Amino acid sequence: MRRARRPDRDPARTPAGLAGAAPGPGFEITFDGRPVRALPGQSIAAALWAASVLSWRTTRVNGRPRGAFCGIGSCFECLATVNGRPNLRACLQPARPGDAVTTQEGNGHAALLP
Amino acid sequence: MPPSSPDPAEVAVVGAGPAGLAAAVTAADAGLDVLLLDAADAPGGQYYRAPAPGLGAARPEALHHGWGTFTALTARLARHRDTGRLRHLTGHQVWAVTRTGEGHTLHALTGPDGRDGVTLRARRLVLATGAVERQLPFPGWTLPGVVGAAGAQAMLKSGLVLPGRRVVVAGSGPLLQAVALSLARAGARVPALVEAAGYGAYARAPQVLAANPDRLAEGVRHRAGLARYGVRMLAHRAVTAVHGTERVEGVTVSRLDPAWRPVPGTGRRIDCDALAVGHGLVPQLDLALGLGCATRTDADGSAVLERDEDLRTTASGVWAAGETGGIGGVRIALAEGELAALSVIADARGGRPPARAAGLRRRRRRMRGFAALMGTVHRPGPGWTEWLAPDTEVCRCEEVTAGAIRTAVDEMGAGDSRTAKLLTRAGMGWCQGRTCGFAIRALAGPPGPDATPGRRPLACPVPLTTLARTARSEDA
Ligand SMILES: Cc1cc2nc3c(=O)[nH]c(=O)nc-3n(C[C@H](O)[C@H](O)[C@H](O)COP(=O)(O)OP(=O)(O)OC[C@H]3O[C@@H](n4cnc5c(N)ncnc54)[C@H](O)[C@@H]3O)c2cc1C
Ligand code: FES
Repeated sequence: MRRARRPDRDPARTPAGLAGAAPGPGFEITFDGRPVRALPGQSIAAALWAASVLSWRTTRVNGRPRGAFCGIGSCFECLATVNGRPNLRACLQPARPGDAVTTQEGNGHAALLP
Repeated sequence: MPPSSPDPAEVAVVGAGPAGLAAAVTAADAGLDVLLLDAADAPGGQYYRAPAPGLGAARPEALHHGWGTFTALTARLARHRDTGRLRHLTGHQVWAVTRTGEGHTLHALTGPDGRDGVTLRARRLVLATGAVERQLPFPGWTLPGVVGAAGAQAMLKSGLVLPGRRVVVAGSGPLLQAVALSLARAGARVPALVEAAGYGAYARAPQVLAANPDRLAEGVRHRAGLARYGVRMLAHRAVTAVHGTERVEGVTVSRLDPAWRPVPGTGRRIDCDALAVGHGLVPQLDLALGLGCATRTDADGSAVLERDEDLRTTASGVWAAGETGGIGGVRIALAEGELAALSVIADARGGRPPARAAGLRRRRRRMRGFAALMGTVHRPGPGWTEWLAPDTEVCRCEEVTAGAIRTAVDEMGAGDSRTAKLLTRAGMGWCQGRTCGFAIRALAGPPGPDATPGRRPLACPVPLTTLARTARSEDA
């Protein structure tokens, strides 16, 4: 079955289209104050990737931007501050309605809760 | 400590990927009482990683091959869970296993934020903790938009997302073909698949190929798929630079000589907004090393667990299945999980493994033959370190550059990775060298004779309160 002559240009070809996904209602989280849509079950990293956000942390020494790298919880590159709590691995952390994700600076200790 | 059941389980399986699932249900089929622990919230491991239920995927099988095998395993899992013979503990990250008396005590982190601790006991242990992706650093690899190839696959399978619209796939190993194909089928434009080795090398082992027709067929299927999506296959090449300031805008691909040294003047730019990169996988051995299991160096240069033909490690009462014993793919993992369980059952029941075990051993040997070929073909050539510029970060967590490590080796006399680590902090950050360990060993040499490869006392960061509570309960 031929679905499209240029499969790479087929607008229906999306991850959700491929998996036949009919997600439950989406919801909003924020990233540095601006709204980002998340789907139920997505990790925070996945929701940010879907919004074309690839970095949400700056490094301790050189202040360089970083985001998800290994995607499975082993590299710790994706650390984010969520609702004021730093050092959460965004690739493992499910997005929840209203979550406020903010760029984590350095080791995140500046924002440690008492 | 929250109470754990007073009697130790007959067997605990750590990891619910293909290997651990097969081991757990086979053991439960024989009537053993089984504990199955996994850090993830759903069974399947890396291969059978499924979209989160909330995403309502009607065709999860579109992201996998052999989905039927997986649903059959999870159906058996559910049956044993219902009878109470098997306890499947999801969201349990095991951070240490200690030998206690006749068996083992497992320490795991649980709870919504992974801050609670539990201890569990089992007489026998099957380690099926799988692998993580092997990364070789190169200039620009820390820029946002550069992601692990297997990592991109994992994010696609679980979260139905892509890292970009135009994604170059690079590194080495057959997994890259699966990744490039998944990304393309999900809508990404994949201008090139950049492979550091060459597939011609497989042709030099026709007997191994003939014995593994399924792998040959898979290769043919992947190549046809990639051609259909217009993915160019570039062999004997590597990404030697990434362009962009805040995120990836393009990459430079250079030709490599047989030792993987970049050939000067061959660089060509490819525009893209993401790079999915990986050079195969490395077994995840923290728990095994903590238990004192012996390792050996596999065909691809990684440390893997030493095992006998029934998959016993050198530590008493500890078996290992799947990628912990060497990278080989999902079919080996399934066969080894079952084989390890047959040996565990025989151990528990005081008999010998059934005749079925002999067939599994034969299949395993045949498939391990292919895995060894794969490991040899894609083993990083020694010249890859010439990709590195002095300011290329090798350790991403601690931001330690190749130049700093070379200074520690050349000027401060660090003759092994342990000393280089102490002098530079490379490998001492959050990930504890999981990402950079292979590269640091290549630059500084393997750890000295007294050091176990990559030994870490804890398999993941553990809150101090949990450690303190554990210490108290073990003193009691
Ligand atoms: C990110 C990634 C993506 C991959 N994608 C593909 C692919 O698309 N196609 C393909 O052919 N191969 C893929 N592979 C290769 C894959 O690893 C194997 O084919 C197969 O999954 C190996 O099975 P396994 O059971 O040995 O290990 P895994 O499937 O890796 O399972 C290991 C399990 O152990 C758990 N675990 C590990 N450590 C602990 C701990 N300390 N405590 C509790 N649980 C723990 C993990 O959560 C995981 O569920 C991928 C590998 C990785 C790392
Ligand atoms: S991306 Fe590696 S830990 Fe989250």
